[in-house]
Amino acid sequence: MIERLDQIFVLLKHWLLGYLPESWQTPVGVIISVACIVGLYPALFAVTTVLERKGVGRIQNRLGPNRVGPYGILQPMADGIKSLTKEDIVPTSADAVVHFLAPIILVVTVFMGFAVLPMGRNMVLVDMDAGLLFYFAMGASTELSVFMAGWSSRNKYSLLGAMRAVAQMISYEVALLLSSVVIVMMTGSLSLVKIVEAQNHYSYGLPHWYIFTPWGFAAFIMYAIAGTAETNRSPFDLPEGESELVAGYHTEYSGFKFALFFLGEYVAMFSISGLGSTLFLGGWMAPLSGLQFIPSWIWFFGKLFVSMCVFIWLRGTLPRLRQDQLMNFAWKFVLPMCLLNLFVAALWRFMGDGWLRWIVCSAILIVAYFSIGREGMRRKHFGPRSYRYAA
Amino acid sequence: MLGDGILKGLAETAKNFAGSFVSKERMTTVEYPEERLPLPEAARNFPFLVYDGDDWEKGLRCVACQICEKECPPKCIYIEKSKDKKPDYVGKPQIYPAKFDIDISVCMSCQICVEVCPFEAIKMNTEFELATDDRFDGLLLDRKQLARSNEYYHQIHPTEASEVDARLAEEKAKVEAKAKAAAEAAAAKAVTAPATGAPAVPDAAKPAAQAEPKPAPTTKAAEVAKASAMATAPAAPKPVPGTGTDGPAPMTTEDRKNAETPAKTNEGEPKA
Repeated sequence: MIERLDQIFVLLKHWLLGYLPESWQTPVGVIISVACIVGLYPALFAVTTVLERKGVGRIQNRLGPNRVGPYGILQPMADGIKSLTKEDIVPTSADAVVHFLAPIILVVTVFMGFAVLPMGRNMVLVDMDAGLLFYFAMGASTELSVFMAGWSSRNKYSLLGAMRAVAQMISYEVALLLSSVVIVMMTGSLSLVKIVEAQNHYSYGLPHWYIFTPWGFAAFIMYAIAGTAETNRSPFDLPEGESELVAGYHTEYSGFKFALFFLGEYVAMFSISGLGSTLFLGGWMAPLSGLQFIPSWIWFFGKLFVSMCVFIWLRGTLPRLRQDQLMNFAWKFVLPMCLLNLFVAALWRFMGDGWLRWIVCSAILIVAYFSIGREGMRRKHFGPRSYRYAA
Repeated sequence: MLGDGILKGLAETAKNFAGSFVSKERMTTVEYPEERLPLPEAARNFPFLVYDGDDWEKGLRCVACQICEKECPPKCIYIEKSKDKKPDYVGKPQIYPAKFDIDISVCMSCQICVEVCPFEAIKMNTEFELATDDRFDGLLLDRKQLARSNEYYHQIHPTEASEVDARLAEEKAKVEAKAKAAAEAAAAKAVTAPATGAPAVPDAAKPAAQAEPKPAPTTKAAEVAKASAMATAPAAPKPVPGTGTDGPAPMTTEDRKNAETPAKTNEGEPKA
């Protein structure tokens, strides 16, 4: 029974496919899976928008939206209808084709990432050998669409936003990749299914997730920072900093195209959260061996939900960074820590079992954290400026 | 330490989040259409016309003196005097405003009309839900729309309204006292010189005495003392005569200025 519930979606799909001739089963199966992904995540997006608005409201001691439906839960419907019925304006001087393609490419590439993400036991669309690589390739092409949007709009704010977005995403892409590389080093595989399976054992009822190791914890923190920046979320939402850049790269978008950008941003958040929980939090695994009777997909989406809540919490807490702070943080703190973490992971691998490696690895990381942090936090004192005039 | 500020911030927002479900004081939101905060007493937006009694048309305090119309800085008041006189609430024949319009799209809520009105007839309202889909006629209020009872005035500005009522009662007492004194003087005159046959003063005094609907509550001596005190000390907070809820005949400011003799106060016709 438990097994059946765990595999309910897989069994459902097979039962549906059973009615089809042999030659149709593979393509139709893929289409069903894709349709599920493409249907599910926008629905989650709708829930998340209202959750975010309510949550941030509560953080600010407000009520948040509460007019549409009971407790405002139908707010996404109203928003959807609004954006569907709004006029779609394309600036006369804009490059219409690129302007049109940008949001589509964003949404498509963001959804492609889910192809390799295991959402439960046996619930992965493509078990690719180079799954992680594929994921990052897709993630990197969102930069393309962002720049397309900013460039084709022919608007200063759009272009500035796009430039910022590309600079930021490329900087943090490095950190994102380097923090994930330690997982690949430990697992010895790029396949996300294999990465989850490598974490799928328990001792004393506790799971062997990678976050519960010094290098894994450090990598997780770096991954979280880089992932937040990669999805242009607050506090890294400079590309759409409304106080200085109207709305950044989607300034010239309205109506449904704007909704697509909005959707793309949130689905990218789901995607980055899903990858984070796959790499560090054991994917669809239960957090305690005694809780394994709960279906695997509930754990996956539970972890997704928790990380979305953290995203919302961060958004409600942190102010936006300045551009130079953003770059300094990426190149002077996150990147050195990630590189050091590669070394620590290697050390961990070759020190063999025992408590010594825990102490050594933790000590290296903590010392590095404090020293790099102290260096970065030090205030620079500027004296009064002196002027020299030509005689 | 790097990052402890972030942790502190996260703790603060988490406290806010959790606290907003628990403590009522945190949630300062008033869900407006369903719940409202009581308006402060000093709240005001657009003027209204006060009437006494139950019939708004009969009880309007306004005597169409047009001072407010002249004083109004943005000229949002339009008044047409009536051709005839109609008995006001106390039964005294008065000119009344045949037309009294206020264009609240022009009104700037300066309250000058209220300050200049000698009859306590125009006051500031607190109604703010005046949205309409017709920006011309919908925002041009006529006298029926402007009329509000004195009880309503008491409701929205209790302190101010009771001050006004006290002032009106005082005025009434004073007028009554003067009328009585005039009547007594006329009677004395009639006794001393009955043969002259010049009944101008008694004639003028008599209708005043008749016009008083009921005797003043205070004793006569007190009234006289009060009236004389008023006459000697003109620095009352707002020495504006007019009709009380059941007061005697109203007067204009000019009337009041000229009202040196008691008989003259009872002519009762506004001249402004």
